[in-house]
Amino acid sequence: MSVVLAVLLVATAVGAIAVVTCRDVASQAVVLGAYGFVLGALFLALSAPDVALSEVVVGSVLTPLLILLALVKVRGR
Amino acid sequence: MTSRQRRLVAVPVGAGLAVVLALAFHGLPAFGTAHHPYGDASVRAALALRHTANAVGSVTFDQRGLDTLFEEFILLAAVLGVRLLLRPAAGEHQGTDPDREPRSPAAVRATVLVLLGVTAVLSVSVVLHGHLSPGGGFQGGVLAASGLHLLYVGGGPRTLARFRPSAALELLEAAGAGGYVVIGLVGLVGSGSFLANDLPLGRTGSLLSAGTVPLLNIVVGFEVGAGLVLLLASYFAQERLAEGPR
Amino acid sequence: MTALAFGVAAVVLLAGLYGVVTSRDYLHLVVCLVVAQSSTYVLLLGIGYRAHATAPVFSDHPKGPVVDPVVQALTLTDVVVGATVLALLLALVVQAAKGAGGYCDPDALNDLHG
Repeated sequence: MSVVLAVLLVATAVGAIAVVTCRDVASQAVVLGAYGFVLGALFLALSAPDVALSEVVVGSVLTPLLILLALVKVRGR
Repeated sequence: MTSRQRRLVAVPVGAGLAVVLALAFHGLPAFGTAHHPYGDASVRAALALRHTANAVGSVTFDQRGLDTLFEEFILLAAVLGVRLLLRPAAGEHQGTDPDREPRSPAAVRATVLVLLGVTAVLSVSVVLHGHLSPGGGFQGGVLAASGLHLLYVGGGPRTLARFRPSAALELLEAAGAGGYVVIGLVGLVGSGSFLANDLPLGRTGSLLSAGTVPLLNIVVGFEVGAGLVLLLASYFAQERLAEGPR
Repeated sequence: MTALAFGVAAVVLLAGLYGVVTSRDYLHLVVCLVVAQSSTYVLLLGIGYRAHATAPVFSDHPKGPVVDPVVQALTLTDVVVGATVLALLLALVVQAAKGAGGYCDPDALNDLHG
């Protein structure tokens, strides 16, 4: 179990750095969605299924969608 | 401040923050420790005093129900702020939708229909079982709001708008926020303290148990679901502005 | 393991703040803020974690050692409320860009315009 946790923790740190260093907002939204999924898996491994459920739905569906919609508006497509 | 100056300030501040964080985290209990006095006390309270199988739900809606009331109003304020900021300004007009939107392939529409049914049932189940299993009003509300937007995939903006009556959703959101307060006031009248869990507690693990927790889950589900749909509706309307005549 | 768990929370926070400081685009900046915020989830759940314990849900198994439900309740509401606050921030960015003719660079929006 602790191996899984360690892998997911490292993946979280890598994911966060990947989101931040991604300079193009459209691809950043996609990377953020993947990061939300990694966080959800980490929370599940930390025995927090309640939080994992909200993180997966919010972090990998709702948040990227909001960012893309805002991007369309700002850039005027 | 230029970007260069900002970086020059950020380097020492960031390094200082890293040191402070390291010092603070050094004083924390070890990761995975068996010593959780507050957590254990709250689990005992959830099971013995409140008959709530999901201890997280008990903390959210019962033991610390007042915090959740304020969280709910932060959500309400954020949704109101987005509606206000993204409303069409004077001089802008909503782009008119085409009378007929291109139909998606039949396979896509069929898949969307099936998925719509699945998400609808799933979100109701997640809300109603919030006091028994992982889930509750927050998760169920988000699921329902995201699921509704499958209509955009299967149909298009018009189909989505037809199933998204703003007036009804605004009413539903207000009812969700107000319902939480009303349940709190019932406790206040019944036993003299706001949000007191006075209802029959039932048997731990059965659908009708945990007193007010399932009711609060339902009102929060309405508020979160309606709020997020309204919020996304503002953004979709904005998107149409960008497409409309300039 | 302790150093790794809390270290990751610190790395995520610092990475998010680095992004905020170096960002040349308000949308990018808001996303970096989301990353910085997610470090609190890792920290809180890390504090509440108990090794060899189950989730604090008792519908399908008898009472045994469980992880701390209090920090989970804190995190869970914040995930959802955080998303709506993010939407508010994005709406502010949209309005700022509308005023600045589509510009989204923090350095280009230094002055107040009526």
